[in-house]
Amino acid sequence: MATNTFTIEDLKRILLEGAGEEEGVDLNGDILDTDFEELGYESLALLETGGRIEREYGITLDDEALTENRTPRALIAAVNTHLEVPAAA
Amino acid sequence: MTKVVVTGLGIAAPNGTGAEEYWAATRGGKTGIGRITRFDPARYPSQLAGEIKGFDAERHLPGRLLPQTDRMTQIALAATDWALADAGVRPGDMSDYDMGVVTASSSGGFEFGQNELRKLWSLGSKHVSAYQSFAWFYAVNSGQISIRNGMKGPSGVVVSDQAGGLDALAHARRQIRKGTRLIVTGSIDASICPWGWVAQIAGGRLSTNDHPDRAYLPFDAEAGGHVPGEGGAILIMENADGARDRGARVYGEFAGYGTTFDPKPGSGRPPGLRKAIELALADAEAEPGDIDVVFADAAAVPEQDRTEAEAITAVFGPSGVPVTAPKTMTGRLYSGAAPLDVATALLAIEEGLIPPTTNVEQSAEYDLDLVTGRPRTAAVRAVLVLARGEGGFNSAAVIRDAR
Amino acid sequence: MTHRRVVITGIGVTAPGGIGRKNFWSLLSEGRTATRGITFFDPSQFRSQVAAEIDFDPEAHGFSPHEIRRMDRAALLAVLSAREAVADSGLDFAGVDPHRMGVTIGSAVGATMGLDQEYRVVSDGGRLDLVDHHYAVPHLYNHFVPSSFAAEVAWEVGAEGPATVVSTGCTSGIDSVGHAVDVIREGTADVMVTGASDAPISPITMACFDAIKATTARNDDAEHASRPFDGTRNGFVLGEGSAVFVLEELESARRRGAHIYAEIAGYASRCNAFHMTGLRPDGNEMAEAIRVALGEARLPADSVDYINAHGSGTKQNDRHETAAFKKSLGDHAYRTPVSSIKSMVGHSLGAIGSIEIAASALAMEHHVVPPTANLHTPDPECDLDYVPLTAREHRTDTVLSVGSGFGGFQSAMVLARPDRSVA
Repeated sequence: MATNTFTIEDLKRILLEGAGEEEGVDLNGDILDTDFEELGYESLALLETGGRIEREYGITLDDEALTENRTPRALIAAVNTHLEVPAAA
Repeated sequence: MTKVVVTGLGIAAPNGTGAEEYWAATRGGKTGIGRITRFDPARYPSQLAGEIKGFDAERHLPGRLLPQTDRMTQIALAATDWALADAGVRPGDMSDYDMGVVTASSSGGFEFGQNELRKLWSLGSKHVSAYQSFAWFYAVNSGQISIRNGMKGPSGVVVSDQAGGLDALAHARRQIRKGTRLIVTGSIDASICPWGWVAQIAGGRLSTNDHPDRAYLPFDAEAGGHVPGEGGAILIMENADGARDRGARVYGEFAGYGTTFDPKPGSGRPPGLRKAIELALADAEAEPGDIDVVFADAAAVPEQDRTEAEAITAVFGPSGVPVTAPKTMTGRLYSGAAPLDVATALLAIEEGLIPPTTNVEQSAEYDLDLVTGRPRTAAVRAVLVLARGEGGFNSAAVIRDAR
Repeated sequence: MTHRRVVITGIGVTAPGGIGRKNFWSLLSEGRTATRGITFFDPSQFRSQVAAEIDFDPEAHGFSPHEIRRMDRAALLAVLSAREAVADSGLDFAGVDPHRMGVTIGSAVGATMGLDQEYRVVSDGGRLDLVDHHYAVPHLYNHFVPSSFAAEVAWEVGAEGPATVVSTGCTSGIDSVGHAVDVIREGTADVMVTGASDAPISPITMACFDAIKATTARNDDAEHASRPFDGTRNGFVLGEGSAVFVLEELESARRRGAHIYAEIAGYASRCNAFHMTGLRPDGNEMAEAIRVALGEARLPADSVDYINAHGSGTKQNDRHETAAFKKSLGDHAYRTPVSSIKSMVGHSLGAIGSIEIAASALAMEHHVVPPTANLHTPDPECDLDYVPLTAREHRTDTVLSVGSGFGGFQSAMVLARPDRSVA
């Protein structure tokens, strides 16, 4: 369910649902600052992930959000900037 | 002309996965046809299918591939692994441009497409998956097989309904003759989903009988359409010299191929199946007497059974050659059917045994030596495989032992 | 065995901007564009709302109500182009042994438009998971398995030889023709009616390309939305169409005094084995396909007079193929005009490869190279001569046409005047 903040747990769940898990990668490890590429997620996987985040949280990410935010920490921050904007704005 | 041989089999059939399990079932007359379990078929006039049971994609494929693949692609990738292992080929050991992929497809990843269409029309365009752009399309299996195995050589995809399964193998042979060492070829089809089911019902050729042993009866007086199935076979084809040089076990040769298209309905010209058979025999430099068994297309629609029986009789004479249809145990697998028949022919050659056509009692109308009920022991050196596609596609291939 | 050579003797094109070969060439040689805001359906929910649509009334082109019901739009487009190609060839089809005549039709997405429409009907607008067969149209199976396209064309021309649909994604239009060339060369047929057709402008296609941001969102400037090689490009414009050719063996075409547009002198297809949608910037596999196609044509790299590029208008593609041209042609790449007609007719997926072969043959016919429309702002990483904005008179005896598609397929075809390639 959509909540007011987007967390690493939310991201991990969405990554697993939409793109699966690379062999040899443990998403439960310390991955916040690991490049998505190293986690096994290429552009297509990130587009699917971005689409799922947009649908679930009712937001629209910038075209660059998925190419410029190369780590879970950066992407989570980018998603949260959208969630902080009041719905009426 | 360069001889082209089969050195590896990857079989995924409703009555058995893997060559060993499949052949044990097939020689024993064991069926894979049953009531559909992948969705509730109660509301449909046809409720039987040949489903592959117990295929667990997670066991065979990396997790990253699962969300982006249709069932037919998952099965095809696994079958490719089995075929390569059977052939003793490790793709990493060969030059990437020396290996290509040529598959057939009938309806692509139809179940994947169904799910995305449902999301589009019930939830809106933003709910459509990023993978839809390729996961359903006809080229997906060739693409995914080439990526997973690092194969950069010539690739291809043909769609000619059920005849496409032989057309793909012929195109693979063509690429090997043009200089590529190894081609992964064959086809896996799977469209047992409500949307695919409705499209097949609309085609008007599905059996509506609910008894697995009475529903698909080619060449029987009670023939009333077919039962669809899922699966097929992936084969490793190689240049014969290359296969010998690397000490490969050779199942047999793809020795001859012919293909025709039926005249437009109403033209008064004869159907093209007989011509396709004659072309395949000529291509293999074989006489009708050289053929030890015919694997029939076996439409189980009376008019089409008649056409096929007449073509076989015209070439081989009345009861002039044993005829069989092991697909009575799997259902018709669309483009997967002919590659599976070719694999079955190679196993029949190996054992010297013709697998049976199950449940069928031949109609008095036909003059075929149909191998029914039990398998028949026979020296099998050359097999003619027939495949026809809706609309008028006729293909024939001669499979020969490796002499 | 004698080396059988294969030539184009008839061309039919149904493309955005005007039906028929002549209208098609007018559009290209005048550098006009046929991209516009989508009219086929309400596109407001989509990120990309532009497309290159054809104004096509099948009834006005003589299709019967029964044929219009039976055939998906892409099948109709294929048959229409086949008719034009057959008439253009001047070949007496009734005099050809039907078994020596075959058909290959390329299509990336088959009857997508028909399937999208019919799904809505049987699912009650997406409401039913277990779709209702009572509402299915009888021809639904023709949409289910798109080999029906090859069947329709074979019936149209009376072919009873090899017939199939070739479906290798966005290189289908090159691979279909390449397949037909192989069939004539190996001696299986003497005449092939070959080409490709796609009619993908439907909600499901727009949605799937939206999801990967592959299509452009330049909705406020639809006419100028397809911008291959331009620094401001941001995705391709979906198109539709078909092109069909009559191919014959060279000597028999000469004996009957046929007009020969070009010899299909070389063809090759390779895979990048990398990614279903992504491309490596090095262009290695496309370069390999180009080298093999030139080798088959027995033509040196510096004989190429014009490159008809894939030029889809995605940054990744434009850089990928620019690298491939340099890698395969060396310095000659810098001296060779390169253009993308997708700037004018959009990207019709599997069909475009054949439409581009038609453009290549017509460029040879007229010694005119079509331009890359909308190219105002060069991309520093794409530094070849992309023939911006206006067509160019240019001696054109040998053309390289390439394609690149999902699945990693890379294809190249070499067209040459028959007297230029050494048999």
